[in-house]
Amino acid sequence: MTDFEPTIIAFVCNWCTYTAADLAGTSRLSYPQNVRLIRVMCTGMVDPQYVIKAFLEGADGVLVSGCHPGDCHYINGNFKARRRIKLLKEILPQFGFEPERLRLTWIGASDGIRFAEIMRELSAQIRSLGPGGAKLNMVI
Amino acid sequence: MAKTAQIDVKAQDIPGSLRGFLRSVLESGDIRAILVPLHLPMKNTVMPALVSDPERLKDADPLAPAFPMNTAKVVSRLTHKPSGGKIAAVLRPCEIRAFVELVKLKQGKTDEIVIIGADCPGAYGNRDYLRFVAENGTESTMKFYRDSLSGKDSEKLSSACKSCEFPVPEGADLLIGLLGSDTEKQVMIQALTPKGEELFGKLGLSESAEPPGRKAAVESLIARRKAYRDKMFAETAQSVDSIGKLTAYLADCVNCYNCRVACPVCYCKECVFVTDVFDHDPSQYLKWAERKGAVKMPADTLFYHITRLAHMSTACVGCGQCSNACPNDIRLAELFRTVAYRTQKAFDYEAGRSLEEAPPLSVFREAEFAEIEGIK
Repeated sequence: MTDFEPTIIAFVCNWCTYTAADLAGTSRLSYPQNVRLIRVMCTGMVDPQYVIKAFLEGADGVLVSGCHPGDCHYINGNFKARRRIKLLKEILPQFGFEPERLRLTWIGASDGIRFAEIMRELSAQIRSLGPGGAKLNMVI
Repeated sequence: MAKTAQIDVKAQDIPGSLRGFLRSVLESGDIRAILVPLHLPMKNTVMPALVSDPERLKDADPLAPAFPMNTAKVVSRLTHKPSGGKIAAVLRPCEIRAFVELVKLKQGKTDEIVIIGADCPGAYGNRDYLRFVAENGTESTMKFYRDSLSGKDSEKLSSACKSCEFPVPEGADLLIGLLGSDTEKQVMIQALTPKGEELFGKLGLSESAEPPGRKAAVESLIARRKAYRDKMFAETAQSVDSIGKLTAYLADCVNCYNCRVACPVCYCKECVFVTDVFDHDPSQYLKWAERKGAVKMPADTLFYHITRLAHMSTACVGCGQCSNACPNDIRLAELFRTVAYRTQKAFDYEAGRSLEEAPPLSVFREAEFAEIEGIK
């Protein structure tokens, strides 16, 4: 499937990763259009159901990205997010989702360059994994 | 050392002896009412009832293979605010473990309740029990109990019970021990907590040693259950290991949400699946249908089950009420136990084990799970 264009949903926190994306933009850095950003106030508000819904609606990859540990604007939201991602990484692979399709990263507000690099790398990884299960099957 | 006593069983009537024991609890002066499975006067079926009149205990039947609901939900209702008196509750081990989870989720309190638990021989599914009690009448419980003592689980036992490695109610204040006793003659009573010891003292029981065969009997039952469980885990994991197979597994679901209503640890007053979030616009369904070619209605079936797994699997006690409540016989208990076993292990947690251990999604450590960070 050479013409496969992955869809990647990225939940990014307002204070760090979204700001980094903004910086990447104002610095005129380019990154693949496969990544669709959803700005949330904190990774700690990403209920597992958002991730599940994204996958079931056909996302090939999901990224949750926030402030570095210790830097959370709300003190510890990112630590709570990490447990939820851990939980999902235990559940989703039991239904055939490759664990590599769900990623958690910390990208600080000044890391515009790193943001663009990670988006490129992630996009390439998901592209090589191929389409996700929910794209190939009828999901009820 | 836990205080232990033996009570005599007269004329091999085990349920009768237990009724006598419960009566002595109710008449000990401290307990205002006792929550216990009771044969209803109008029909020979068993439901939990809060009994204050000792005479009414003549219909109590804690060993009946009936499991119409997980009574932890009822206990939560009875204890979430002060009631003004102490009650006792006779609960199955899975009901005690579910109640432990509810207490940690601030849905109940242990201050005014004494929990009595018996070694659990398991239970039938609802429909099987109703048929069984209709065929066997008042003798049904003894027939079930004698069969289960023979060391073989009845075919009709629910698969949640066949695969349950927690037949001993370790979270009880007062334990009624059946395993390893010659229950035609004697039943063991053991106080496991200070609260249990206080009640034990008021009952005027004379202390004695634990029956010598108990430890081995408990271990052999648990080994049998674990063997069944592990086989069930392997079979279930294999039958849902792709999104296509999971879809087939859940294909008969009609989104009635009975499994969530019956679940003792799904405690949200308003589940997200009945809120406006899922009250989609008609035009939204049309868009989905056009994008995907076809959309099954009602939609969001897989989404509902996987989300429920994410929300409650770390608190799942494996009681099997989800399967019991399913109108279309989807093997939900197998699925939830299989997934929950893994999610609980990931956080080194066991639902219902201890009041001291915080629910895993309510806490965190600064240094943990570094392996899931990053994209390498």
